[in-house]
Amino acid sequence: MYTQALNAPQSDERHLEDADKSARFEARVANEQRIEPNDWMPAAYRKTLTRQISQHAHSEIVGMLPEGNWITRAPTLRRKAALLAKVQDECGHGLYLYAAAETLGSSREELVDQLLGGKAKYSSIFNYPTLTWADIGAIGWLVDGAAIMNQIPLCRCSYGPYARAMIRVCKEESFHQRQGYEIMVTLSRGTDEQKAMAQDALNRWWWPCLMMFGPPDQQSQHGNQSTRWKIKRFSNDELRQKFVDATVPQARYLGLTMPDPELRFNDATQHWDFGAIDWQEFADVLAGFGPCNRDRMAARRKAHDDGAWVREAAQAYADKERARRAADNAVAA
Amino acid sequence: MSEPNSQLWEVFIRSRNGLAHKHAGSLHAADSTLALQAARDVYTRRGEGLSIWVVPSNAITASDPAEAGMMFEPAQSKIYRHPTFYDVPDEVGHM
Amino acid sequence: MATASIAIVETPLVNYALRRGDDALILGHRLSEWCGHAPMLEEDMALANMGLDLIGQARELYSYAAQAEGAANTEDTLAYLRDVRQYRNLLLVEQPNGDFARTMLRQLFYSAFADPYWRAMMGSSDPTLAAIAAKSEKESAYHLRHASEWVIRLGDGTEESHRRAQTAIDELWAFTGELFHVDDGDAALIKDGIAIDPERLRGVWSETIATVLSRATLQRPNSDWMQQGGRAGHHSEHLGHLLSELQSLQRSFPGATW
Repeated sequence: MYTQALNAPQSDERHLEDADKSARFEARVANEQRIEPNDWMPAAYRKTLTRQISQHAHSEIVGMLPEGNWITRAPTLRRKAALLAKVQDECGHGLYLYAAAETLGSSREELVDQLLGGKAKYSSIFNYPTLTWADIGAIGWLVDGAAIMNQIPLCRCSYGPYARAMIRVCKEESFHQRQGYEIMVTLSRGTDEQKAMAQDALNRWWWPCLMMFGPPDQQSQHGNQSTRWKIKRFSNDELRQKFVDATVPQARYLGLTMPDPELRFNDATQHWDFGAIDWQEFADVLAGFGPCNRDRMAARRKAHDDGAWVREAAQAYADKERARRAADNAVAA
Repeated sequence: MSEPNSQLWEVFIRSRNGLAHKHAGSLHAADSTLALQAARDVYTRRGEGLSIWVVPSNAITASDPAEAGMMFEPAQSKIYRHPTFYDVPDEVGHM
Repeated sequence: MATASIAIVETPLVNYALRRGDDALILGHRLSEWCGHAPMLEEDMALANMGLDLIGQARELYSYAAQAEGAANTEDTLAYLRDVRQYRNLLLVEQPNGDFARTMLRQLFYSAFADPYWRAMMGSSDPTLAAIAAKSEKESAYHLRHASEWVIRLGDGTEESHRRAQTAIDELWAFTGELFHVDDGDAALIKDGIAIDPERLRGVWSETIATVLSRATLQRPNSDWMQQGGRAGHHSEHLGHLLSELQSLQRSFPGATW
């Protein structure tokens, strides 16, 4: 059950890391059993998951902004409805994920505070701007394509609420990538200007999408422990390779050129080899120096601050109603 | 600087196929009316449901996983509660 | 180079469908502007749902207007290639979102009309309009419920929310008279049973508003002065900006398919 109340910080017991409990926990995870909110879990497992799920939630919510930038400018009513529905889905996914994170004992308010206070990270990809309509196609096709590679294995994550949230997310996201690819197909069959727009979008989004899978395996901080705990099923590099292999033929179909002169099929490995990723750029964007970091955070803070009086009003009304009902009951009694 | 925590609700949806209400997820709302509206807007966007229950999360009493052995294991040995425990001659047919 | 506006053969029926389509599109567009910026995630979901309902209504109404016109227009040429003077929506729906109170009051004023309007239109002698009405009625009923619940909470919430809600009422009130607008073309359609006389809905609209405002401890303004013009293409300055955004791609890339 996704309840906050059930997860009120349990005594200090969980910090003692009782060896017995710990062994039982590890055995359950190794046995592919799901861990549920009330179950005993090592503090580090709780912390890792809270961080990962809330970052995932933040990414969904911040991720509404680059695409939301084009809702009012979508070029047909059909595209407008699809894009609004898609960005709305991202909001829903953020909401499911915050709820999953809350089962670990942190409230949504605390988690949002961490984001707005600059203490929590979100996916670096959303710090790039959407400059043309083709970017909406490229995001659906590439960013959602990359996200799906990451998210499908998470449906089998050892933590029950996260796995269940991801099942719902993956089901709903099945139209997102198709929506984006359809835009790319239309543009690549369109006028010369439209084709150029599609190529430019691919050029700008391709490398940041490869970075979405995180640092190379040798440098990944969280890899081993997360793999042992069955939070992570595939390594960053494995998922990245899978994504490249799936995407190259799709780009060919569009008649677009991948912005990587070193890209070639390796007959020996049966995979596409690709050029070196600029990890300095990734580090810079994560550190807050991407093209849109400040704009994204400013937009989220503004929505939060501008909405404060609405949330207060709803709470005030609920309190008044409760008091009025109590008074009525007192009179009746 | 943190806002006070708003009420968390559990959402249960009865789908079209006539099955019982099933847990769909959670949401935040200040009162039950807003919770019901939000449940509709969040959890039935793809025609998932015909009926919604919302329950304040802190109104749920849950069993303690530490007691799972005592609570659930005794039922596992009662195999005579299941139809396959009993032999019925083949000639009798389906029963 | 930019794509020029289209010309429309304005029969009473074409105009009628276009006006309702314009209401739905412009209000849906306004609601979609909230996406990613609402006061809480749950309301972000709700506002997008309402926006999607309205954009859906607009598409059906435009398609019908195009069909009734019988020329080469489509839902998209009607939405993207008419200029501000050719748009015929209510002034109410083009008003900027403002704060959440203003958006909810605008929604309440519109939905309190749209809900009984579509219900009555289910009896239209025009089968297409009757079918659009049957679908739109359920959507509008929910929009009305949603907006009413929020207006009650904002009015009877905190001092600040009460003040904001009352300000929104005072600023939007003058745009509500146009809901009941009828011109000669409409009168002919009403006579034929294709359209309904909006005057019939004035009582129920006023009653809904009075009930909600009373529960919200908010006041209906005393002023009876009403701003008109949207139905004839005499808009506020806000609409031009909305359209320049909405139409930017279609206007900038002549002849492109999207």
